[in-house]
Amino acid sequence: MDDYILEMRDITKTFPGVKALQDVRLKVKRGEIHAICGENGAGKSTLMKVLSGVYPFGTYEGEIFYDGATCEFSNIRDSEHRGIVIIHQELALSPYLSIAENIFMGNERVRRGSIDWNLTNADAQELLRRVGLTENPTTKIRDIGVGKQQLVEIAKALSKKVKLLILDEPTAALNDADSEHLLGLLNGLREEGVTCIIISHKLNEIKAIADSTTIIRDGKSIETLNVADITEERIIKGMVGRELDSRYPDHVPSIGTELFRIEDWTVHHPINQDRIVVDKANITIHRGEVVGLAGLMGAGRTELAMSVFGRAYGSKISGRLIKDGKEIKARNVSEAIDNGIAYATEDRKHYGLNLIEDIKRNISLAALNKLSPGGWVNDNEEFEVANGYRASMNIKSPTVLAITGKLSGGNQQKVVLGKWLYSDPDVLILDEPTRGIDVGAKYEIYVIIKKLAEEGKGVLVISSELPELLGICDRIYTLSAGHITGQVSRAEATQEGLMRLMTKDQKTLTELAPEAIEVHLEPPTDQPNVDATTVEAPKSEDSRHV
Amino acid sequence: MSEAPVIKQTSGFAPFLNKARQSLGSSGIYVALALIVILFEITTDGVLLTPDNLSKLIGQFGYILILAIGMVIVIIAGHIDLGVGSVVGFTGALSGVLIVRQGMPIWIGVLLTLIVGGIVGAWNGYWVAYFGIPAFIVTLAGMLIFRGATQLTLGGTQISPFPEGYRNIASGFLQGYLGYFDIPSFLGGGTADIFTLVIALVAIAGFAYSQLRARQGRQKYNQEVASMGAFVGRIAVFAVVILLFALQLSKYSGTPVILIIVALLMLIFVAVTNKTVFGRHVYAIGGNLHAAELSGVKTKAVTFWVFVIMGVLSALAGIVFAARINLANPTNGTGFELDAIAAAFIGGAAVTGGVGRVIGAIVGGTIMALLNNGMSIMGIDVSYQQVIKGAVLLAAVAFDVYNKRKVRG
Repeated sequence: MDDYILEMRDITKTFPGVKALQDVRLKVKRGEIHAICGENGAGKSTLMKVLSGVYPFGTYEGEIFYDGATCEFSNIRDSEHRGIVIIHQELALSPYLSIAENIFMGNERVRRGSIDWNLTNADAQELLRRVGLTENPTTKIRDIGVGKQQLVEIAKALSKKVKLLILDEPTAALNDADSEHLLGLLNGLREEGVTCIIISHKLNEIKAIADSTTIIRDGKSIETLNVADITEERIIKGMVGRELDSRYPDHVPSIGTELFRIEDWTVHHPINQDRIVVDKANITIHRGEVVGLAGLMGAGRTELAMSVFGRAYGSKISGRLIKDGKEIKARNVSEAIDNGIAYATEDRKHYGLNLIEDIKRNISLAALNKLSPGGWVNDNEEFEVANGYRASMNIKSPTVLAITGKLSGGNQQKVVLGKWLYSDPDVLILDEPTRGIDVGAKYEIYVIIKKLAEEGKGVLVISSELPELLGICDRIYTLSAGHITGQVSRAEATQEGLMRLMTKDQKTLTELAPEAIEVHLEPPTDQPNVDATTVEAPKSEDSRHV
Repeated sequence: MSEAPVIKQTSGFAPFLNKARQSLGSSGIYVALALIVILFEITTDGVLLTPDNLSKLIGQFGYILILAIGMVIVIIAGHIDLGVGSVVGFTGALSGVLIVRQGMPIWIGVLLTLIVGGIVGAWNGYWVAYFGIPAFIVTLAGMLIFRGATQLTLGGTQISPFPEGYRNIASGFLQGYLGYFDIPSFLGGGTADIFTLVIALVAIAGFAYSQLRARQGRQKYNQEVASMGAFVGRIAVFAVVILLFALQLSKYSGTPVILIIVALLMLIFVAVTNKTVFGRHVYAIGGNLHAAELSGVKTKAVTFWVFVIMGVLSALAGIVFAARINLANPTNGTGFELDAIAAAFIGGAAVTGGVGRVIGAIVGGTIMALLNNGMSIMGIDVSYQQVIKGAVLLAAVAFDVYNKRKVRG
């Protein structure tokens, strides 16, 4: 009989209005590497937060059996005492402290009431050796690369006598060499008897190291595969197949001339300037066309969009933006707006709205000059404009003087859209336009998108929900690790096909160079009113050889 | 009352309390001001509102109001300026050197000083906006730098006296242009300056006209307006308060010049903050810097100009203060930044930025001035005065934070 170190039974976790997890089961064998796969928002991170006590016992339903006992963790410390350590995607290290100080943070080596620095550094040295680092333990965290920081996190976990190590997307920010080293280390830990749960989008990695894989979709555990059954095909099939619970407005595309083209767009990370976040991306948008951009977390979708929008993200940006056949300059956001580009953010609370202001002032902000002859704002005109959008977009609030922070997510999203519609753009980039809003409001937003396309505008929709992209887009690009890995027309697109392209990693791409280049070099034909289905796209069968 | 059934539909007293809190949130500051006036009028046996005390009050604390106007704009933008006290000292000293030592004409000396104030603001603004150093640090450094600069400018001595024309900026009065009239004995008797009353009437007419224009504008766009009764009542309250105030002033020595300066600044900056694109952008960057940036607001330029405005107003306050005490001294302006910051916060500005009003800061500054003046008349020890002022500031901000938590709650 198999020896299970962890059994999570029928875990259900509800947030106000949303069921994030529903009867999820997870069984992890002692000493194995267990992968968890799922689309963005499937519930992987939530499940791990339940396991590690971030969501304390009582805030979820279900049972956790771990290491021979039922667990009722009330915080992270509880789970760490039992040897469960979680390493988040965003590393939790203090950049200005040394490696040793970080390793023993909250767990200091103390002798007679004061910290014994010699012991701290000696113990840290030993832990670093175990993870294959030769750095001096007194080196500051910010002076070592992301790959080594990841290893320091693991060393920190080892210092806590870890039995079950959880890694959330550990290789997302790493280059190939660092990734390989990390995976090698995980193999080594397995030999030492440490059990590992790894959340990853990189299917080839999972295939390489995982002993079993659990697939989660829409907050439900779909199936658990053993090493013999793990194939990329199988995983993709499990991950997609999301239920089509939304309705989409009928949309008869009437696609015109080329409107906007992003050419050889390359973006580096704003701080770590050697890291390429978007690599030579090419995207074309036609008048009246709704174009989708699909990609998993960390693929660089938002980074691509924001860097195009007046270089609001990134460093060392190169490439060209061509609108109506002419190259445009968008060196800052106001130039981008002047050139008729709009970007509605995925994070409306932090980047989209002034939550302490009313609807009226939020809607007018991006195009205040339009109602301010000579720099003087015409309040009444502004009220009128905002009221117009409130009516046409069905923003539910008593007046446009309502504070946006008090609106529901769907209504907030409509205010963001209203702001950008009022700036009267030709190209709209909508980043996760329906994230976190209810089905009814989603439909209304789809209708708005459809209307925009019918007015002859070009819309680029970024979304994690493949059915949504299939439902509203005429053509879909896929992005993986900063590369455009394909484009598929609406008629040919399937969830499996897209997911295959979305998980195609850089290495595979270069190995399959001829095919990949073909994707890049086939620009859509520029005939007016061309039917969406004639736009070239790699047949989903082609990439089955991957 | 048309609201009554609405209240009944929802449960219990909560909506009523909510409504009370909301209306108190916007006009509570006026209620507080009125209560403080009444309190001190009683505790000082009526000295507070005597003609000569009112004139003194305005002359003595005009500089706080000037600084408060600039400070509230800085705070709305999400920053702070700790250096204004030192800039007050520095610009006062500079104007002394230019006008008294160099013998420049007063208007040139004043103009140059205001320009230097703008340059000082640009210096702060550069480091905050373009270099990205927190305003707290930049202006703390400015506090030291400009205090030192004050001493260097004065060369270790002090400058006094100033010519009369300069002193009149803070201590002068406008009166007698239209003669005087005898106040009927049932109103207390004595003579009053007609010019001062005419100014008051002009102010009332201007207020009524602007209110009417705003109302008509809203009606043209089919927006909700206050009932006619409330509209007239509001103008009437304003008229009565201004007339009584002007009557008291007219009995003493007429309209203080500083009052005209403060009133003009108030009109200008109320318009700038409420009516201009620049003003909207200040609120936008204070409310959510990232969202403002992603909406095309030139956040750096706006921040820069906010500090330039603060610099010019600090210079004006420096001139007013030096003129008032007829002395440019190395310690002029020490601690003024705290008065200005307190005025802005008492006036409803939010610690986190994005919220605040120029009118609120003026009222907040007036409350600070009344506390100073009233407690001094009562003969309260200076140590206790500080404790009380501190407690009032804390209470005002605590009220604001509490209110916001309720709203978000």
